Amino acid sequence: MMPEPLIFEQSRPGRRSPGHAPAEADESRGLPEDALRSSAPLLPEVSELQVVRHFTRLSQKNFSIDTHFYPLGSCTMKYNPRACNRLAMLPGFLGAHPLEPVDNLQGLLECLWELQEMLKAVTGMKAVSLTPMAGAQGELAGVAMIRAWHLARGDGERREIIVPDAAHGTNPATATMCGCDVVEIRTGRDGDVDLEALRQAVGPRTAGIMLTNPSTLGVFERQITEIAAIVHEAGGLLYYDGANLNAILGRVLPAAMGFDVVHINLHKTFSTPHGGGGPGAGIVAVGEHLEPFLPVPVVAREEDGRFVLHGQAQRPNSIGQLSAFMGNTGILLRAYVYMRMLGAEGMRRVADHATLNANYLLARLAAGGFRPAWPGRRASHEFSLSLQDIAREAGVNAMDFAKALLDRGFHAPTTYFPLLVPECLLIEPTETETLETLDAFADALLAIRAEALQDPASVRNAPVTLPVSRLDDVRAARQLDLRWQPLAGEPE
Amino acid sequence: MSEIPEGLQYSRTHEWLREEADGSLSCGITDHAQSALGDLVFVELPAPGRKVTAGEAFATVESTKAASDVYAPVSGEVAAVNDALEADPGLVNSSPYGEGWLLRIKPAAPAAGLLDAAAYRAELDSAGD
Repeated sequence: MMPEPLIFEQSRPGRRSPGHAPAEADESRGLPEDALRSSAPLLPEVSELQVVRHFTRLSQKNFSIDTHFYPLGSCTMKYNPRACNRLAMLPGFLGAHPLEPVDNLQGLLECLWELQEMLKAVTGMKAVSLTPMAGAQGELAGVAMIRAWHLARGDGERREIIVPDAAHGTNPATATMCGCDVVEIRTGRDGDVDLEALRQAVGPRTAGIMLTNPSTLGVFERQITEIAAIVHEAGGLLYYDGANLNAILGRVLPAAMGFDVVHINLHKTFSTPHGGGGPGAGIVAVGEHLEPFLPVPVVAREEDGRFVLHGQAQRPNSIGQLSAFMGNTGILLRAYVYMRMLGAEGMRRVADHATLNANYLLARLAAGGFRPAWPGRRASHEFSLSLQDIAREAGVNAMDFAKALLDRGFHAPTTYFPLLVPECLLIEPTETETLETLDAFADALLAIRAEALQDPASVRNAPVTLPVSRLDDVRAARQLDLRWQPLAGEPE
Repeated sequence: MSEIPEGLQYSRTHEWLREEADGSLSCGITDHAQSALGDLVFVELPAPGRKVTAGEAFATVESTKAASDVYAPVSGEVAAVNDALEADPGLVNSSPYGEGWLLRIKPAAPAAGLLDAAAYRAELDSAGD
């Protein structure tokens, strides 16, 4: 495949696309003189057709759900049904303006209210706020509510958040953002939380614990009710990171496991497009005791059936507003359509098939010689392999396997996460793949393993079929090169 | 098999300490730690003069795989840091016990609960290394 030149390299002086060029009239718009630049910005001078071809060719080099199997663990890269997209883009939704009177927005608000109700049903929680605009913001809202609850009870010294060592990196970051101290507890030999470590960690300063269940290790935390009892008895609350909800959707309610607050990534479990940094939707659901603290606005239904938005005026104890308006409404609508299409039965089948697919792949790979990180444990919707044995034996590591998969037409799984599994591949096939795709992926990994044992150098060289070969990620990180070179004569 | 020199003290979180002639303690991360992290691309060190408590996260090492905290193996004051790591964090990979040292600590109390080379080796072996 030909390498695609940068668009700057295609630039020729004076070439223009007048239809897209900004008017050259005085565009200073009243900016003060000292805020105006004195030289023209360095922009590529190209034709419209060059731009179309350039970006189309770049998009064709991409690995995406629409083109490739994408088993990126902990990311739930499932298929996004086209219907969700189409219905969320009905003119009535697209044309809605957040500052319109709510009487003009009753249809939209009804959808959002029903979404809140469905999310209550799948979590077992009592109230929902849709406004967090990403998973990390949902986490922030969740821990901020835990803090607000303790403060409202005059228990402000509780500022320790317990986080297992297998957690997503965002968990400790969230706790720190909320002014809490992080107390890390270790994972036991079988992949479950070490209960003794937890008992030692809780105390009068415990604000709560952040848990993902199934955990990022790809196994269901079997002692969850004991964990909940230990934390609650110590006066803390339980926060559920919903990153892995896909494994238990419609089968296990986070409320039944003892959680007080839940965040869910609609852009994972409920199949809205993601990757590339957004937009996302990290809704939060809480038990009755935390409802007053929910972020606003929240959609409410009046006695006459009319839908309204409740803000700080109706909810004075709210932790506040997390975005200008109603979160990422377009993403919320896609998730709403997805849930309505599936129904309760469909959601249970999501969990069943996500789990079945992961366990099928795990069984095939283990039978072929790969070492599961947690031998003897059933996978959830994802599983981790440790490639430490083959890294020692053949000098071929997890990153080499990831690159070699690209050559065989598969997006790589998550590598080197969770950190406590050495040479880790975290594989999540999701429920939307066929048996043939799963088999082809297992065949590819097994073939790479055989190649690694016979000819390790060739695996270490991968990829060889892609537009760029192995990138030097170490040099890229050590010697930052963040912009294209200025043209000759331009200042550096 | 990672290198574990005799004569140093080791923590269970993979830091090492070496007593210097002036009574200060040099501190770095072990060969096992650098090998598990892979090529380092960034090292963040505390300012000299900072008081640290044993067990406190006081430095960060970042590789292309992960960012990891480094924990103070002993309480005391940061006496000096290895400025060369700013330009070349790879020194930690190429020479974890030498040019890749992280910082020197003026200990406030004798180090407690650390391991000698044999005990650290046993710790790694039991963890499957």
